[in-house]
Amino acid sequence: MGRTIIDLKDIYKRFYIGTPNELEVLHGISLQVMEGEFVSIVGASGSGKSTLMNIIGALDRPTEGSYTLDGVNVIAAKDAELSQIRNRKIGFVFQTYNLISKTNAIKNVELPMLYAGIPGKQRIARAGELLELVGMQDRMKHLPEELSGGQKQRVAIARAMANDPAIILADEPTGALDSTTGRLVMDLFHKLHDEEGKTIVLITHSPELAEETERIVTIKDGNILGERKGTGR
Amino acid sequence: MIYENIRLAVFSLKANKMRALLTMLGIIIGIGSVIAIMTVGDSVTATVTESMSSLGANNITVTLEEREDADADDESVQMGMDWGSSDEDAKQPSQEDYITTEMLRQMKDALGSSIKAYSISEQVGAGQIQQEADGATAEVSVKGTSLGYFLANDMNLVQGSFFSEDELQNGAMVALLSEKALDDLFDGDVTKAVGSTVNLAIDNKYYNFIIEGVYEESDDATQNMYAMFMNHHATDLYIPLKTAQEINHSSGYQTLTVVVDPNENPDQVAAQIESFFANIYRNNRDFEVSAMSMASMVSIMETMMDTITTAIALIGGIALVVGGIGVMNIMLVSITERTREIGTRKALGAPNSSIRVQFIIESIVICLIGGAIGILIGCIGGIAAANYIGASAVPSVKSILISLGFSMAIGVFFGYYPANKAAKLNPIDALRYE
Ligand SMILES: Nc1ncnc2c1ncn2[C@@H]1O[C@H](COP(=O)(O)OP(=O)(O)OP(=O)(O)O)[C@@H](O)[C@H]1O
Ligand SMILES: [Mg+2]
Repeated sequence: MGRTIIDLKDIYKRFYIGTPNELEVLHGISLQVMEGEFVSIVGASGSGKSTLMNIIGALDRPTEGSYTLDGVNVIAAKDAELSQIRNRKIGFVFQTYNLISKTNAIKNVELPMLYAGIPGKQRIARAGELLELVGMQDRMKHLPEELSGGQKQRVAIARAMANDPAIILADEPTGALDSTTGRLVMDLFHKLHDEEGKTIVLITHSPELAEETERIVTIKDGNILGERKGTGR
Repeated sequence: MIYENIRLAVFSLKANKMRALLTMLGIIIGIGSVIAIMTVGDSVTATVTESMSSLGANNITVTLEEREDADADDESVQMGMDWGSSDEDAKQPSQEDYITTEMLRQMKDALGSSIKAYSISEQVGAGQIQQEADGATAEVSVKGTSLGYFLANDMNLVQGSFFSEDELQNGAMVALLSEKALDDLFDGDVTKAVGSTVNLAIDNKYYNFIIEGVYEESDDATQNMYAMFMNHHATDLYIPLKTAQEINHSSGYQTLTVVVDPNENPDQVAAQIESFFANIYRNNRDFEVSAMSMASMVSIMETMMDTITTAIALIGGIALVVGGIGVMNIMLVSITERTREIGTRKALGAPNSSIRVQFIIESIVICLIGGAIGILIGCIGGIAAANYIGASAVPSVKSILISLGFSMAIGVFFGYYPANKAAKLNPIDALRYE
């Protein structure tokens, strides 16, 4: 396989809850993800998966360690640069969808492009294509409150794809869905991986879904316990 | 981007209509009162200036007044409440204090041709007149007048005649009725009114007057305003000056109007009249005579209007500040409610500046809508109030533009802090917010 796109070395994350209490959540994690890889992260609740994911997504900074994302040193980046990294290189999919309320599906998908400064016509065209890709072309003008959980998640995936990011980060995207709908969403990730060649990092509590990915990384109490190959379908 | 933000702001306002309206209330009241008062103030000032230049610009009002230094030791003066309490302990002028006919003759000699005429009137009081035939009544304010009074006030008769020299000299029991009183007493029938007898009740005394004429009521705005401020809605019933003096048991005058020759400077003549009387009254400890031209009265009125306008504008300004604080408060609430949305936007790559702009625009939209409603209410209120006084009013475009600018400035000023707070939220904290 090709080049390393995510390169984490000795990442520590500590939270300070009042001066004497220091809570170390990540104890020196090192992880590399190759371009085009489909990786899943599994582990018990509270083990630090989301914390790690937020660092990978440039939403949070590690307390210690080095992180290079697609050749960019994230640790040294200023806040303004971080928002640009999030905008161009990363697509987020959340467990709770996090669509902007009172804003219809197509506008939600347009949002990352709006922040990227892409002109209106182009935005609408691309958002339409993406909604078609996730099978939501009939619900473009619907508000989030008019959509089911699975439909919302498909819109959210389309939104994550908006600026054609290098990686898609999904934190328990099927966590709030039943197994059938979860299956549908998972198929969508496979489609993005197989057809669009996206690098995907997925956190999941479902062993079956994790098994379908190319590599399974297990985290326990802030350390990488081990990793193994998945079936990759 | 800007358009998107405006659309979003309007959306979130629509979602919380009642809250938005309450938030805007301060802005509405502030802008509304400022616009209303500016509209009324402008029209009053314009009307006063206009009526001054058309009529009465050459009039000087001469008044017998209590000397300001006469009761300098008086407590009320020391307390600075002179004007508030002066009614109670004001000295009544006695017969020897009044301005006499003899003084006026001397004044005319001294000032010569600069005086065209003088008009004298003496207030008898408010009373009720009753028509003899069917008992219909009207409220009137009874005023004794000289012939010059009708000249000075540019008055016309609908029917009948002014008082004759004889009637003026002898103090005849004749009267001139206003059109309003005519409506009340005679159903507007002029021919029936002239020559008939009315009964006047004043201070529990009764007098019979023969109606000699009916005068045209001026709809002069200044006069209407005066009537409103003085809470004096009854129309005047004019009787000969001498008759009034007999009813009042007085022999002199308290006030008169001097009509100045148009070629003379009224202020100069007023000063001359004042110094003329100062000489006569130099030994009078309690009273003096003041003379004031219409022009200086108008300028006093204008200063007064300016003061009132400034005061109300200030109150409006305070309402605006309070309104602005309300907007800031609601923006803080809205930002707290939408913390997760802010987190999501940041996760999608929104730079801090665009979050800041989003919320500042929302705050500006609230303030501008409030300002626009305020301007609308202010214009309607101002025009209505001006019409009530009898002046025509046009809200000034300048004050509307200034108000809009001001609303926008308030939006920016009071929206900046909450917007900045939103912009600086840590993305993770915002996303994890419950
Ligand atoms: N902002 C924070 N302040 C303090 N402690 C935090 C903070 N964020 C996370 N933690 C702690 O870090 C630990 C790991 O949390 P994290 O959300 O990464 O777990 P997780 O593996 O994603 O769990 P789950 O599977 O339930 O989502 C937890 O013990 C949590 O209490
Ligand atoms: Mg988690």
